Amino acid sequence: MGEMKVLLKNVHKPNSHLLSTYKEGGGYETLKAALKMEPSQIVEEVKKSGLRGRGGAGFPTGLKWSFVPKTDAPKYLVCNADEGEPGTFKDRVIIEKDPHLLLEGIAISCYAIGAHRAYIYIRGEYEFGAQVLENAIREAEEDGCLGDRPMGHDYPIYITVHRGAGAYVCGEETALLDSLEGRRGHPRIRPPFPASKGLYQSPTVINNVETLSSVVDIIARGGDWYASLGTEKSKGTKLFSISGHVQKPGVYELVMGTPFKELIFEIAGGMRPGRNLKAVIPGGSSTPMLTADEIDIPLDYESLMEAGSMLGSGAVIVLDDTTCIVKETYRLAQFYAHESCGQCTPCREGTHWMVQILKRIVNGQGREEDLDLLLHIGDTLGGNCLCPLGDAALGPVISSVKKFRDEYLEHIKNKRCPIGG
Amino acid sequence: MIAKLCPFPLSPEGEKRIDHLLNRYPDKRSALLQVLHVVQDEHGGYLDMDCIKYVARLFGLPPAEVYSVASFYTMYNLRPVGKYLIQVCTNISCSVNGAEEIVAHIEKRLGIKRGETTPDGKFTLITVECLGSCGTPPAMMVNKEYHEQLTPEKVDKVLDACE
Ligand SMILES: Cc1cc2nc3c(=O)[nH]c(=O)nc-3n(C[C@H](O)[C@H](O)[C@H](O)COP(=O)(O)O)c2cc1C
Ligand code: SF4
Ligand code: FES
Repeated sequence: MGEMKVLLKNVHKPNSHLLSTYKEGGGYETLKAALKMEPSQIVEEVKKSGLRGRGGAGFPTGLKWSFVPKTDAPKYLVCNADEGEPGTFKDRVIIEKDPHLLLEGIAISCYAIGAHRAYIYIRGEYEFGAQVLENAIREAEEDGCLGDRPMGHDYPIYITVHRGAGAYVCGEETALLDSLEGRRGHPRIRPPFPASKGLYQSPTVINNVETLSSVVDIIARGGDWYASLGTEKSKGTKLFSISGHVQKPGVYELVMGTPFKELIFEIAGGMRPGRNLKAVIPGGSSTPMLTADEIDIPLDYESLMEAGSMLGSGAVIVLDDTTCIVKETYRLAQFYAHESCGQCTPCREGTHWMVQILKRIVNGQGREEDLDLLLHIGDTLGGNCLCPLGDAALGPVISSVKKFRDEYLEHIKNKRCPIGG
Repeated sequence: MIAKLCPFPLSPEGEKRIDHLLNRYPDKRSALLQVLHVVQDEHGGYLDMDCIKYVARLFGLPPAEVYSVASFYTMYNLRPVGKYLIQVCTNISCSVNGAEEIVAHIEKRLGIKRGETTPDGKFTLITVECLGSCGTPPAMMVNKEYHEQLTPEKVDKVLDACE
């Protein structure tokens, strides 16, 4: 338990982004070994490792790969580097500081699923990161690590960096595919699932940056080794982006199952002097808030689920007692209303109405019935949308109304914020 | 072709990039977002109807289709912006760490409100969603550069350096 550097083992080296630095640490040797294995063996190792998707949903990676039909039709691997969920800034560290780790992970994964082409869909704002990746690809191709004959093997692998243009919904995997095809980023109706009909209607696997980067050490050290880390169902290490009111915000790599309090109060330096913990958003802005009394739990998928929230992307947002919960909830509601693609009526209208209601409460014009109205919108919206964004919008709103009802009522009755925010 | 069709003078570098992008994907249309980025960069940071029509011709698409795509994404500016586009994140991790004070400071210094451009066309100020700098808040971008852990003094330095 606690900190362990698997994904972050290189990031503090000088010039960690260069191929020469990466190769000194044994870089691309795992790819070389992997290309001598049977693709199915690689899938087996990943299954054995227990690795689950780090983009938010936590779907078992090996299982996802096994859905790809074993035909000769072209297949694609897409790396999701959209990183748009507020509070999340972990993929950026790998992209900027250890791009070759990601590229090696992508190459191994391509081979495992039978793809020769991979696209890295990176959020438009990360232009610097996109340049780092493009330079890294060029270096790796020139050196023969990637390209026509990666590490001397007859299995071409081409990786292309594709920039988004500012739309959070494009992080959703099917919206991402539409965006990659040059369209508005509208989530698609499933089925068909991307594994059978994805990019250009071909079998496609979409994985997060951290997921694909984890594959390198899993293949190098074995699925059993990875599975020996963590808890019964949450394996390996995970990157946590911790921000908000802690003294040492940042990205930390922890073994799954590390106590939540250890992350907040020890690793991230705890609260500022004289302040107390009020609430935590544990897994990115869409995950339900936990109160200070609810975080005596380990950080793993199951424990967060049991506590009524989610591990999500591992983005921990810490709020101390100077925070007005109503105001911050209003801010998050605005985000989701702004980012709704508008295809489904419950999401388009529901997110908009939640903003209107929260706005009047913040402005001292709220009514007591508004709280039940918010919960009612939650019932109408929840589960009635094409993609998870609709449900995501409910996370902060419903949890805060339920857990901080008194604070809402104070705003409504006294017509102002008790915190002064 | 690429430079000839363009309604404004395209740099040789821009022409090269567009040519490369148009031939990079199994389906040409995939390059649409990337080409819009290049055209916007070459056209002073925004896309007008002539730019949209130009891109439409490159892809053999109706201009309305290209406009529909461009208008979906927040990074494409469909109206002129200042020489320096200031984007301050006001999402949660920045907002609990003083983002509003940063916005207020810039508004005061430039004499404009968020969403506005200074009369000399030098600065445009907008607020944006999470930039992925939540660990080093508050954060902003000025054109393509990130600036993090902002204080009013730090903002002044950054803006002083804008010519
Ligand atoms: C609205 C929305 C935004 C998302 N944004 C991201 C993102 O920025 N990065 C990411 O990896 N996954 C994101 N996801 C999850 C993806 O849809 C998908 O589950 C993930 O990329 C799969 O990779 P994984 O199995 O490796 O986690 C988002 C999902 C939704 C619904
Ligand atoms: S749930 Fe919202 S974001 Fe998702 S497809 Fe429907 S309208 Fe679009
Ligand atoms: S909340 Fe401001 S950068 Fe993430």
